[in-house]
Formats: sequence, structure tokens, C-alpha cells
Amino acid sequence: MSVMLEVEGLSVNYGPIEALRDVSFAVEEGHICTLIGANGAGKSTTLKTISGLRKVREGKIVFEGKDITGSTPVDRVLMGISQSPEGRGIFPGMTVRENLDMGAYTRKDTKTPAYQQDLDRVLALFPRLEERIDQFAGTMSGGEQQMLAIGRALMARPRLVLLDEPSMGLAPKLIQQIFSIIREINEQGTTVLLVEQNANQALKAAQQAYCLTTGEITAAGTGAELAADPAIRDAYLGGGL
Amino acid sequence: MQFLVDHFFELTITGLALGSVYALVALGYTMVYGVLQLINFAHSEVFMYGTFAVAWTFTLFGATASTSTAGIIGLLIVALFAAMATSAGVALLVERTAYRPLLSRGAPKLVALISAIGASFALSEAMGLRDRITGFVGLDGPLRDYVSGARDNQSLPVSLDPAPVVTIGDYTVTTIDTLVIVSALLMMIGLDQFVRRSRMGRGMRAVAQDPESAALMGVDSQRVVRVTFLLGGLMAGAAATLYMIRIGTTRFDAGFILGVKAFTAAVLGGIGNLRGALLGGLVLGVAENWGSAIVGTQWKDVVAFTLLVVILLFRPTGLLGESLGKARA
Ligand SMILES: Nc1ncnc2c1ncn2[C@@H]1O[C@H](COP(=O)(O)OP(=O)(O)OP(=O)(O)O)[C@@H](O)[C@H]1O
Ligand SMILES: [Mg+2]
Repeated sequence: MSVMLEVEGLSVNYGPIEALRDVSFAVEEGHICTLIGANGAGKSTTLKTISGLRKVREGKIVFEGKDITGSTPVDRVLMGISQSPEGRGIFPGMTVRENLDMGAYTRKDTKTPAYQQDLDRVLALFPRLEERIDQFAGTMSGGEQQMLAIGRALMARPRLVLLDEPSMGLAPKLIQQIFSIIREINEQGTTVLLVEQNANQALKAAQQAYCLTTGEITAAGTGAELAADPAIRDAYLGGGL
Repeated sequence: MQFLVDHFFELTITGLALGSVYALVALGYTMVYGVLQLINFAHSEVFMYGTFAVAWTFTLFGATASTSTAGIIGLLIVALFAAMATSAGVALLVERTAYRPLLSRGAPKLVALISAIGASFALSEAMGLRDRITGFVGLDGPLRDYVSGARDNQSLPVSLDPAPVVTIGDYTVTTIDTLVIVSALLMMIGLDQFVRRSRMGRGMRAVAQDPESAALMGVDSQRVVRVTFLLGGLMAGAAATLYMIRIGTTRFDAGFILGVKAFTAAVLGGIGNLRGALLGGLVLGVAENWGSAIVGTQWKDVVAFTLLVVILLFRPTGLLGESLGKARA
């Protein structure tokens, strides 16, 4: 087992506001790793910084042994990091197919069977997308848009996929389905860094887990360890359970 | 009113020709708006430099009133390329100097708006003072044909005589009308297909719809912005050529009123929408002609802006009213 992504002493500011303070964690290759924490803890900021959308004030990000702290977002996609952002961020005026093609924007092999295979794989994971392939993404339901955002992230053929609250706003049944798809994606060989409000489910699925509290890592361990931690149970798993 | 009825086809066709020029320039405003949500106020100068490229191409090749038709057609093709290259170059210069340094430092969009206005004045005055500039570096002698009377009208040294093509009702459509309308339409179809089908076009639409998601997909937004300015410049250069074919005369401030009209056309059609720019341009060109036939030519601009106000009252986002990325119909 080797470390795929290493975040070391990361600090990120929005103007004078410190969103992340000296955050360090590592994601093992082949794992599902989850980052849980309250609203405003800095989870999305962490993912955006890994994708290169936020400026690093201090610290570094190492991906597969290479320091990518100063790399452009484009380079990071080329290296194999893709993201399904918070709020889905689909392109509303493009069809489902065009959105999936956008996921593969950096790929040069879009006319080959390999590409078609990847598309088939995504459509097999999300049959609903196949039914709506020519529908405008902006007119799809929230759940369908979430599937599209995840599918789009997979079209880049990532080594590491960052998922920001994939279960947000979904019905319980659909949440179950999304989590089983995340497991499936992981079993097919993609490392997953998962940010979730739904800590219960996330900790069950994850081999590795970190808890972020107002910009700092306050707990680390396996998913089961964090799920058993009384402080975490109180704060994120609804005490009584 | 009777004048409009009597000259209906003439007014409509010449309006369409004028509207085609508006539409081509409007594309530049609308594309930059679609991608950056900014009005490029220097775009009028991008156009104006194109008109000078056309005039100077004719001067450079020593065209005179006796140049043969074949010679003039050849020169027009050279002039088209010169104008497109010049306008594209000016557009990229504006992007490089007035936009990128500010936007890459995270300046508010309003600041870039002001710097674009500044760039517009600087470019226009540089053209209007070109005699002083070349005089200062001692080049006004060899460049006399190009710098003389920097604040006067600069005309094509040849007159382009239109030949009849077909007669519609009371009006004989000329080669020039046809050339202007058809080539503007072809340019626009080409651009529309590029934005819809090419990879770069898809990147442009992605940045227009959601810049952060586009970056996550690996779209290089700086490159997209440059290509957007480049395409706007190419279209403005084509517009400048068609304008010179029809009007034959330009000036250092020729961009101003045309730029305002083209911007109006872009807003009329729905700013950010490529097909809206086309529709807005044509509607504006025709409406101006019809309107001036009814209330008098001196009211032409009043007609244009009244139309804008009325349409925006009923359709606040313009006729087609969607943004670059969302535009489908
Ligand atoms: N663009 C921004 N400008 C200013 N402050 C921001 C910006 N984005 C985030 N913040 C602030 O940074 C902090 C961390 O935000 P972040 O979005 O990373 O939280 P989060 O953990 O993802 O929360 P949630 O669970 O609600 O999505 C918050 O205090 C937020 O207000
Ligand atoms: Mg978040």
C-alpha cells in the first residue's frame, strides 16, 4: 500500500479569514478516504485546493510523489485528479452527453474504443443518464444532476476522484444507491476522497477517515475507529444512536 | 409612410446589409460578455483599426480609379485578411494589456471595465494622432500616404461600382448587397459551428456556464479568454472590410457610433447569445432604415435606441435572451 496523496501543513486563506490551518493528511492508494466535519469546517476548501482552485498560503500537496502545490488545475486533471464539486456544478446548458464529454476534456482519445468503454462504464453505473442522454442537464432533477456530476468526474479516467457531498439533498434510498456506486467505483480501481455530511454512511464505507473542525484536523483513523469515537458520535452521528 | 411603402424592398435589403455589419461586430461584444461577464468597450476600436487596414491595403498596392475589376476583387481578398489580422491583433493587445493584468490579480470586474474604456480612448487617439506619432519618430515622410490628415476621413482610393444581381419588387439588389449579406452570414455560421462543435468551443461554453467547474474539467480559462478575443477580432475585421466596401470611408472615431450600435444589437438579441447577436444586428439595421423612412433620416439613432428600450421593456433579457453556453435555439 502506498500513499497516493499527501497534504502537508496546508493553510488556505480567504482574505483575512483562515479557512484551513496546518492541515495534514494522507490518502492511501486504492482506499476510500473520507473527510467529515461540520458546516464551514473547510472540507470543500480542502478539495478545491487539491484541485488547484485555491491559492495555498503555506504547506504542500504531493500527488504520487510529485509536488503539485504550484501546478495548474489543468495539469492536475492530466495527472489523474478529478472532482465532482459541491453543488454538482454541472453545465446546465449542455446535454448529458456534452457534460460527460466535458469530463473527458483533457483526453486525446475521445474517438477510440477505450473512450467508448469508459462512457459505457459510466452509463452502466448510472442507467438513468443513458435514458436522458440528450436532455439538457439544467432540466434534470437534483439526484440525476448528482449522478451526472459523478459520472462526469469519472470520464477523465482519474486515479483519484474527489467527491464533495455526493449525497446532499438526496432521498434516503438514493443515498444508499450513491454509496454503493462509490464502493463500486473504488473496487474498479479508483481511489476516492469523499467529503460528507452524512458521516454515518461515509465512515462505514471508508477505510481511512479524518475529521476537520474549523480548519484543523481533530481526529484521524479508520472509518470504524472514528465511528466509535464518542466525541465524533456526539457531534456528527446524532449522539443517541 | 408613403416613402416606406414605395421603397420597401430597397430599405429592407440595405437595412439587412447594414445590420450584417452590426451583427458581426456585435459578436465580439457578446462573446466576451458570455465568457467574462464584461463589456469590452475597446471593441469599437478593434473594428476601426480593421477599416484602416482595408484602406491602407488599397493604398499600399497603389490602387487607383482605373484598377480593373479583377484587380479590385484580388485587393479585397488581401484587404479582408489584412483587416482580420489587424483587428485580431488589436483585440489580443487589449486582452493582454487592459484585461489580463487586472483579472489575474483578482481585480473586480468594474475595474476592467474602466481599463477597457481607457484602452478605447488610447487606441482611437493613437489613430487620430498618427501624424504626430510618425512625425516624432521621423517617419512621416515615407509614410505620407498613410498618416496624412490623421483626423480627416480616409477613403478607399477606388470606388466600388455595384452591379445588379436580381430585382425584387422596386429594388435591384446589387453585387455589393449580396456580398455583404452572404459573407456576413457565412462568417456567422462558421463561428456558430465552431462554438457548438469544436473542443475549444465546448471549453468556451463551459467557462461561460460555470468557470470553476470548467477548471475542474481541465479547461485552460486563460486560453479560452484569448481565443474569445481572437474570434471577436476576426469577426470585427470581416465587418470592417464589409463596412469599407459599402461606405468606403473611415476615420479615427468611426468605431464609436458603430460600436454603440453593435453593442445595442448585442443587447437587443440577448447579450451572451451568438444567434441573438445576429438577430439583433439584422433587426436593428432594418428597423433603422424603416424608421428613418417614416420619421426622417435625422431620427435614425433615436429610432434605434427607442427600439432597444421598447424591446427591453417587454423582454428584459433581449430577443433570444440566453447566455453563450446556454444558447441552443
Ligand atoms: N469564496 C469564499 N470567500 C470567502 N470565504 C469563503 C469562501 N469559500 C469558503 N469560505 C469560508 O471558508 C470556510 C470554509 O468553507 P468550506 O466551504 O470549505 O466549508 P465546508 O466544510 O465545505 O462546509 P459545508 O459543509 O457547509 O459545505 C467557511 O467559513 C466559509 O465561510
Ligand atoms: Mg462544503
